[in-house]
Order: sequence, then structure tokens, then C-alpha cells
Amino acid sequence: MSVALASRRALGLGATGGLRVVGLGALLVGALLVSVVMGVGIGSVPIPTSTVLEVLAQRCGLGGDVSLLDDQIVWQLRMPRVLGAAAAGAALALVGVVLQSLTRNDLADPYLLGISGGAAVGAVSVLVLGVSVGGLLATTMLTLGSFLGAIGALVAVLLLATGRAGDLPPARTVLAGVAIGQVCAAYTSFVTIMSGDHDAARRVLAWTMGSLAGLRWDSAILLIAVAVIASVAVLAFTSDLDAFAFGESAANSLGVAVNRTRWILLTGTALVTASLVAYTGAIGFVGLVVPHVVRLLVGPSHRRLLPLSALVGAILLVWADTAARSIIDGQEIPIGVVTAVLGAPVFAVLLRRERAR
Amino acid sequence: MRAESITWGVPERTILREVSVECPRGTVTGLLGPNGSGKTSLLHILAGLRRPDAGQVHLGEQSLHGLNARDRARRVAVLEQHSVTGLDLRVRQVIELGRIPHRGRWPASRTEGRDAIARAIQLAEVGDLLDRRWQTLSGGERQRVQLARALAQEPEILILDEPTNHLDLGHQIDFLTTVRRLGLTVIAALHDLDLAAAFCDQLVLLQDGGVVASGAAVDVLTPATIQRVYGVRTSVGPHPDSGRLHVVWHHRDRLVGPSHVGPSHVGPHSDGSVSHSTFGLTPK
Repeated sequence: MSVALASRRALGLGATGGLRVVGLGALLVGALLVSVVMGVGIGSVPIPTSTVLEVLAQRCGLGGDVSLLDDQIVWQLRMPRVLGAAAAGAALALVGVVLQSLTRNDLADPYLLGISGGAAVGAVSVLVLGVSVGGLLATTMLTLGSFLGAIGALVAVLLLATGRAGDLPPARTVLAGVAIGQVCAAYTSFVTIMSGDHDAARRVLAWTMGSLAGLRWDSAILLIAVAVIASVAVLAFTSDLDAFAFGESAANSLGVAVNRTRWILLTGTALVTASLVAYTGAIGFVGLVVPHVVRLLVGPSHRRLLPLSALVGAILLVWADTAARSIIDGQEIPIGVVTAVLGAPVFAVLLRRERAR
Repeated sequence: MRAESITWGVPERTILREVSVECPRGTVTGLLGPNGSGKTSLLHILAGLRRPDAGQVHLGEQSLHGLNARDRARRVAVLEQHSVTGLDLRVRQVIELGRIPHRGRWPASRTEGRDAIARAIQLAEVGDLLDRRWQTLSGGERQRVQLARALAQEPEILILDEPTNHLDLGHQIDFLTTVRRLGLTVIAALHDLDLAAAFCDQLVLLQDGGVVASGAAVDVLTPATIQRVYGVRTSVGPHPDSGRLHVVWHHRDRLVGPSHVGPSHVGPHSDGSVSHSTFGLTPK
């Protein structure tokens, strides 16, 4: 085969695949925008889409004439929560992709390094034991407590896993995460059960299943910032992550500084997860399943996988949260339950399709 | 490439002792030695994947271990013994991995390195495999695809760890012929002494982490040396038909002789021992 023909084939088909992916990306961006607008409209007080758009137009300074109540519900109550959900979903999916590739472990999820366990320790200490620092609000304490707990667990995992040469082998890191997670779970169960406070126990359970109920603009903006920073940062690692396809030694021979890359990505993703957990509790399933679903759709190349996973994660969490707060009147379902119920069937269908290929 | 008194070990054991190797530009060096003699360890050090405890590897005037990973990967490419992935990659994507050391940190344009990729595809003769899934390839096809990936790196030096391990005789010869034609500086660990003699400019024979002999095939592959290193009695000489150096083994010192080898011979050798053209020198 001539060089020209070989290169045309190499490029031609690549470009078609690229177009398809760009199309899929555009479709998902559209779907996300629609989801956000619809998610804001749905709730105990339904708001028509036209009103939602009017409120947004007015808030953007385009003028309009909406009632104060509508403005309150759309802009002050629901918008931050929906955008926060999108941000959290995007960040969880990104973290899931990175950890799965880095550890070459299909079961890796954002809570791999004991982070949810550590955060739960912090949350329980605040909810049940009532640990407080003078003057801080209970919700602020909860956020602070779970963040510090998550960071504590992360530090413990890294101390356990780091080798003498400063290396961070994935297998040992995962096991250290399991060990620390178990210790944290033991503490959480013990304190919750021994306290005998049923209301506190219920709140701990709700927290461990995740909830976006408390999100206002200040926390939503923080989540959005975390998601944006994470998205931009991981784009710098697409090639490095690709290079891990054939393992660590192959990545090294392709010019990746394996140890440094691993440290940056493991601690970076852990910090992102810790920030999310502090505001939303541990929302399962998104970070585990979304990367797999997107990989089945567009393949394992990270320059496609990362952005598309972020979009799918965002859409999934917007709808999961909308369902969580609107399926049962006057009561919220933990969002972790919804992500599992929504995500599992989709995943099952894709797995069957993949098997049939 | 020049390696000077390389010593390397794990805490309990020294794997390589004072190994020195010199590979002139554009030559093919065969690294021989029994299992566990340190071939893979030495290759990893020559590839810059491991840092020696003592000794230096020079790439021209530069120290290999002074280069950062990315600069090193533009000059030295490696073919591992096994390439395993759980991912559903297409052949094209595997080959494109070879461009990683040349691409910047941020996602670059798709056209980067397309000439290098096209050339690599042509040299490794994988043009008909591009749309196949990696998981569906045979051992020989995988090896060719990994060769294309390594060539896409546009290296000066190609390091091969037992590249013919899982290939049948025809594919072994094809693969080594392809490698030979590249004109690169090649260092390859090999098990087959006949193939090594036929395709390499020089041989380096390792035993217990030290160099036993090095130089031209006729000087390295002598019956005395082979018996010392492998514990096999052999005759070595040019084959009457091909003229190539040919190692014919008679019996294993520790075992009872050739009768356990089985029927895979081509004919009785002139001295009476059963011989096939020697593939599988150390039958297990």
C-alpha cells in the first residue's frame, strides 16, 4: 500500500469518526441546556418553560415582566440547585474517567480513596455529636466537617500507599482506600447507632445517599468553579491518560513521567471529590457508570471520553435531582437512589448491545 | 548507544553486574542469554525505563538518564514482550499512541504526525489492519501493530524484548527482516540462536547478569560458550545450503539426550543426532 493511500485511510476514517463525535457533543450540549431549563420548571410549583425563559431573559438584563414569585422560585431557589447538579455530575464523571484509566480498574469511582468514608466521619461528627465551632451555622459546619474528613482520609490513604521511593502503585492505593474506608464506616455506624438519636441517624443516612437540597447560589458557584477547573485541567492530561492503555511501563516508554502524573491526578481528583462531597454528600453511580457508558459510545480515547463524559454526567445528575425532588410530593428521595435507578438500566442495555457486537 | 558498567539490582539480589554494551548507529544488536540472565532488566535500563544503581548509558554525547521522559521517548522506542490492554482500541488508535511524545500537552490537531504514522503503517505492513479491534488481532498482528506504534515515535533506537516470542517460524523471519530493513539502531533480546546469528550485526551473551561474550556471531556462538551458558552440547558451523551460521544441539548436559525431544525434526543430522533446524534449543 502506498504512503498516500495509507495516510488517506488513516485520516479519512478518523475524520468521519471525529465528525460523529463532534455531532454527539453538540447534541449533548443542547440536551444539557434543555435539561437545565426543564429541570428549573419542574417542581412542587410547576413553572411553564416560557416563564423560565422570561425570568432568565430579565436576569440577563434583556427586560421582561415576570412576577416576583416566579423570579424567586426560578432564579433564587431552583436555578442554583439545577446548575449545581450539572456541575457536580460533570465533575464526578470526569473524576471517574481519570481514576478508571489511571488505576486500570473498571470498578474505580470517585470515592475510591476512602473519600466518602472520611467525609461521612466529618458529617457524622457534626450531625450526631454536634461538634461545632462557635458562630458557624450548622450547614456550614456540615460542609466544613465533611471536607476535613475527606481530606483526612485522603492523607491517611496516601501515607499508607506511598512507597519508599515516593511511588504510588495503584493496587496498593486502592487497597489503602478500602482499608481507610472500612475504618471510617465502622466509626460512622458506631457513633450513629450508639447515639440513639433517630432523627440524627436518619439525617446521616440521607447524607450518605447524597442530596442537593441545600444548594444556594454561593455553594452552586463553588461547585461550578470546581467543575470548570477540573474540566480544563484534565484536558491537559488526555495524552498522558491515553498512554496508560498498555500499562505503566508502556506509558513511561511513551514519555509520560508516570509517578508525577499519578500523584497530580490522584490528589487532584481527590480534592475535587472532597469539595463535591462536602456540599452534596456521596452521590454514587455517576462516576462509576458514566465513563463506561461513554466509552461504549465513543471508544477509549480521552480527548473524546473526557468532555463527553462530563456532559453526560451533568445531564444525568440534573434529571436525577429533578426526579429526587419532584417524584414524591413534599418529600425528597436521596439522589443516590435515583442515580442508581436511572443509571443501572441504561448501563445494562449498553452492556447487552456491546456483547451482541 | 553506549552502556558503561551498568549495575542494577533489587534489595535481595544483584540482577546486572558491570554490564557494558556498545551499539553503533544503524546496527542490530542481539541480546542472548538463558531465562533470568538479566536481558529484560538490561533492556529496560537501555530504554531509560529504569535507572541503573551504577553506570551510565550514553546516547551519542548525552546521558540517557539525564533526559526527561518525553525527550527520551522521541529517541528511544520500546516493544515490550507482552502488550496487554483491557480497552477496546482500534489498531489506528494504538499506532497513534506513538505520537504522544511529539504532541503537546493540550489536544492538538488531528494532522500532527500523519506522515510519520503513514510511514510507520507502511514499514510495519499493517495497512490492512487499521480498522480492526486490538482484541481481535493474532499474536503476530499485535507485534506488527506495536512495531508500527514504535516507528510512529520516529525513534533513533528501537528496543525489542523477545519480539518473536509468540510468532511462528515464517512470522519470526518476516518480523526480523522488517526490523533489519529499518536502518535503525536496534537492540533485541532473542532466544533463538540461529535467528540471532542470521539477523544481528553483533551479539551480546548474558549469564547471571554479566556479559559472557560479545561481538560477531562466529565469535560468540562457539560450542564451548554455549555449553557453559546453556548447558547444551552443540556443533556450530555454516550450513551447507544457506551458508548461515547454524547451531545444532546434541544433548542437554543435565538431561538424558535428544530422545525426549519428540518428532519435530526435519531429518537426521550428519553426525547422527536427531535435529531440526534447532528451533527450541532448550526443550522443556
